[in-house]
Amino acid sequence: MSIPLLSLQGLTKVYPGVVANSDVSFDIGEGEVHALLGENGAGKSTLVKAIYGLIRPNEGQMLWRGEVYAPSAPAQARATGVAMVFQHFSLFDAMDVAENVALGMDNPPPIRELSAKITEVSNNYGLPLDPHRMVGDLSAGERQRVEIIRCLLQNPQLLIMDEPTSVLTPQEVDILFRTLRQLRSEGKSILYISHKLEEIRALCENSTVLRLGKVVGRADPRKESARSLAELMVGQVLHTPSREAGTPGKMLLKVTDLSVASPSAFGTSLKGVNLSVRAGEVLGIGGVAGNGQDELLGALSGEIRADSEAVQMDSNPVGQFGPTARRAMGLLCAPEERLGHAAAPDMSLTENALLTGAYREKLVTNGFVSWSKAKTFAESVIKRFDVRTPGPHVAARALSGGNLQKFVIGREIMQRPSVLVVNQPTWGVDASAAAQIRQAILDLAQAGAAVVVISQDLDELLEVADNFAALNGGRLSAPRPVQGLTMDQIGLMLGGAEGETHAAA
Amino acid sequence: MDFGSINPVILIASLMVAATPILLAAIGELVVEKAGVLNLGVEGMMITGAVAGFAVAVTTQNPYLGMLAAIVAGALVSMLFAVLTQILMANQVASGLALTLFGLGFSALLGQSYVGIVPPRTPKLDFGPLTDLPVVGPILFNHDILVYVSIALVAAVWYWLNYSRGGRVLRAVGENHDSAHALGYKVTRVRILSIAFGGACAGLGGAYLSLVRVPQWTEGMTAGAGWIALALVVFASWRPWRALAGAYLFGGIMVLQLNLQAAGFRIPVEYLAMSPYIITILVLVIMSSNRARRSMAAPGSLGRSFHAAG
Amino acid sequence: MLRLEKRPSPSKLWNYATPVVAVLLTMIAGGILFMALGKNPFEAIKLIFWDPLFSEQFASYSRPQLLIKAGPLILIAVGLSVGFRAGIWNIGAEGQYIIGALCAAAVALAFYPAESWLVFPLMIIAGAAGGWAWAMVPAILKTRFNTNEILVSLLMVYIAEKLLAAAATGFMRNPQGSGFPGSRNIHNYASASNQELIANTGMHWGVVAALIAVIFTYVLLQRHILGFHVQLAGQAPRAARFAGVAPARLVLMCLGLSGAFAGMAGMFEVAGPARLITIDFNAGYGFTAIIVAFLGRLHPVGIVLAGLLLALTYIGGELAQFMLNLPAAAIQVFQGMLLFFLLALDVLSNYRVRLSFPSRSSEVV
Repeated sequence: MSIPLLSLQGLTKVYPGVVANSDVSFDIGEGEVHALLGENGAGKSTLVKAIYGLIRPNEGQMLWRGEVYAPSAPAQARATGVAMVFQHFSLFDAMDVAENVALGMDNPPPIRELSAKITEVSNNYGLPLDPHRMVGDLSAGERQRVEIIRCLLQNPQLLIMDEPTSVLTPQEVDILFRTLRQLRSEGKSILYISHKLEEIRALCENSTVLRLGKVVGRADPRKESARSLAELMVGQVLHTPSREAGTPGKMLLKVTDLSVASPSAFGTSLKGVNLSVRAGEVLGIGGVAGNGQDELLGALSGEIRADSEAVQMDSNPVGQFGPTARRAMGLLCAPEERLGHAAAPDMSLTENALLTGAYREKLVTNGFVSWSKAKTFAESVIKRFDVRTPGPHVAARALSGGNLQKFVIGREIMQRPSVLVVNQPTWGVDASAAAQIRQAILDLAQAGAAVVVISQDLDELLEVADNFAALNGGRLSAPRPVQGLTMDQIGLMLGGAEGETHAAA
Repeated sequence: MDFGSINPVILIASLMVAATPILLAAIGELVVEKAGVLNLGVEGMMITGAVAGFAVAVTTQNPYLGMLAAIVAGALVSMLFAVLTQILMANQVASGLALTLFGLGFSALLGQSYVGIVPPRTPKLDFGPLTDLPVVGPILFNHDILVYVSIALVAAVWYWLNYSRGGRVLRAVGENHDSAHALGYKVTRVRILSIAFGGACAGLGGAYLSLVRVPQWTEGMTAGAGWIALALVVFASWRPWRALAGAYLFGGIMVLQLNLQAAGFRIPVEYLAMSPYIITILVLVIMSSNRARRSMAAPGSLGRSFHAAG
Repeated sequence: MLRLEKRPSPSKLWNYATPVVAVLLTMIAGGILFMALGKNPFEAIKLIFWDPLFSEQFASYSRPQLLIKAGPLILIAVGLSVGFRAGIWNIGAEGQYIIGALCAAAVALAFYPAESWLVFPLMIIAGAAGGWAWAMVPAILKTRFNTNEILVSLLMVYIAEKLLAAAATGFMRNPQGSGFPGSRNIHNYASASNQELIANTGMHWGVVAALIAVIFTYVLLQRHILGFHVQLAGQAPRAARFAGVAPARLVLMCLGLSGAFAGMAGMFEVAGPARLITIDFNAGYGFTAIIVAFLGRLHPVGIVLAGLLLALTYIGGELAQFMLNLPAAAIQVFQGMLLFFLLALDVLSNYRVRLSFPSRSSEVV
């Protein structure tokens, strides 16, 4: 057998209190597309950081074409021939594409030459890009192109891609896969990190499955079923959320021609959004990151004010109301960003319970806080939603992502909303917590609430939603029943090609 | 009252002198803020530079050695801020204030024995016959070296920030320190070096006050110049040439105000002396109210602490 | 190698311990400074921290001074602490203090020489209103135009100082003062005078006001939803907006409150210890109060202790100036160092300091 391009031998990385990787070994051959599979928190990111020289493993070694490879910094990794496309892009909004590319290179040519090269390479690989555009103005897909081009210009032997499709529409995924296959045909190796099984089955010829930092399986994904891979990854048989079909009740939330400017410089403004949700109904809103999801949540929660009539709760205009007034009427929200938006990181769970529960749970009388009531409320959320924590005195940031998310969603559901809006309810949450959260959302709808789920995870939306609509560039497509919706149709809706609300019946 | 006594040529020549200290401090702070650090200690660093420069210049009877000492002193005292904010993760606003309060006290302590002394004169550069040209002579060819140095510094900073690799890295660090770190840049190191540069510039600006502009040492003599320099950075939208324009505008106001006092303008001196501060506030208001442009120009990570995990 | 590691929750122990350690470190560093100035460090430290309270020679004069100096420091600091907790930086308390004093003096001088019990309460209201109005300038500019409140509040100090100079030499000058700058002596005007309430304690109405402000702030921060919103806005601004906090209202409230407190402090000072408006009426209380606020951990009770300590450094500093010929600026340096040490040690409440050895094959697990 030939010498592998990169061989990992017994890598172990320990953080205080956590073993992120334990004795991880696998090989990546030349020209191989190798999948690294695992749930959130399985240790995939730690492992690739070690390969890219951002952290050093405590134990074990790596061999590059048979020679010891121990990068102490990304520059050294790049010099060896390793390039990486990050899950969270390492880009600079206020700089143009060429400058961004230059920053990722160790010996960049002068900007003018580089710009020409960017145009050339990006066209060769089917990922056209204008080197003079400001990165902050690019879509998520285009931003990823910047990352990829940045890597390709260095002519790497190994390209690491960390969850590259989470920000792409299905059509954009196809383009990306074409590019990756082209790279493989040029003899380059790719380490492809994902938890999306169908993609891996379509692209990769080898896979390593991580769970809790350990290798729990190796397989040729083309020969496995998605189900068998999933069970390897999760280690248990998953509970699929269930619900009984019900008849939708009266209209609880109605949004009419909602247009608001984004509060952030590189945000997406909402343009003429229409939607309506009835009691007992779940509306799923899909869309690639950065297409107005945050703004939509803000406009619904009351953080961003809109025209009075644009948002109606149970036929009352609430567009001009702030978050407190909307909460009082039963419109509750859970934003995407847990730490810093839905919860204050350094505050205790009791304080975080007060954050949204102050008035609805009567934790405040005449402006004075009853801390004992707030604590009781926090405890009841912890208990009912199975939040694993020593107690309500613990700071929010000390909780794991899944547990904090259970707390945040639970805090809103416990307040018996008549309308609940959640953004990315299971992002970065382990599978069992995600299943619990989805079940809780469905139960709430069943109990007669109107629910809006904004998510980038299409599988999640198809699982929980009755109707599906897509956000694209701040516009919302006309909702369609999830029943009978094909992936192709969804892709078109995400891409903005499908008719907008006013064009549809 | 006699406006005729105000000669526009002399006014322009002297506004350049009046503007030089705040320009030096502002261009330093501009680099610091471009790297994502808000150092509110400019006043403290300036006055430290003012006293150090004054003391060394008087002792050696050489103004240039004094200026050198001011650069070193400004950079050294800025390291207090750098250690606090970059290594010990302290709040930047509080640390900057601490630096200002400390600098004011420390300079008063050091400067005690220098009150009332006249420093060695800083000569004007000799341009030969050019100096005698009408109008352009006094404006362009009749200054001490630091006036030219400050303009050259603006040009150098502008070029370096926009067209060099180092400048690009510095802007990247200020724009998004997490991304910069992920690409392998040393965020903390870049920031500490920027802070030192800012300190050196502020120190030099302070020395210009005590050695040329006033020239004398008195306690608290910077009188808010450091804060005006901070405002100037906002005014300039973090662009070097605009900082130059802004500094000269402020210099003009200061000189005009003094001229009006001298001309016996019938407003009490105190109200005229308020004008630079009031105008600074007005300018801040005008620059800040254009929100879209402001957020485009302000470095993305300005004022945020960076701590690399792992 | 030393490495910082973020704690899952801030350490309570270090939160209380850092001010104490900071004071001790400042004493050591201050001692070294005094030594460098050619003074006996032990004598200087004793003179500053011990003698004003306990020496037979000085205590009878110095002890009342403690409350006189601590009163305005605490009153201003407790107001600032609310804003600092919300991330709203009013660093112009010195200016608000001056304007408060000017407004109160204006009321007193307008009524002079009529005697009425109404004058004193009116002066308190005028002082608070003056400070409040001065603080409203940065507040309104911040909410309307998004102007940086740090710079504006600070620049307003310089304007206030010029106004003070104009008042002392111009529009408020004592018509019977034979041309000397300075207003009439307000302290000697019975209806306007802020008298010592208990003889030889230094206790005056300003100290009472400071105590009321401390209790008020304590209740606000610990028990009231507004206090919770203040802290929420400081720690997680986005979460605060999500909770329904209107940032603009918070800015107006925090700056207004601290401005009113600072203005009141100025009022009690001009009617009491300072006696009249002079060109150098302000003694830096507004800036020292920033140190007091931080040293007191932005907590009302902590601020009382910190205010007393900083007041002691003022009195002890004067004593050392008088006895050891220690320069006045040395105390300023001392106070600055205190803030440095405090900020430096703060790292211990949020981070663990660990020794790590960058060996690649350490035996773990």
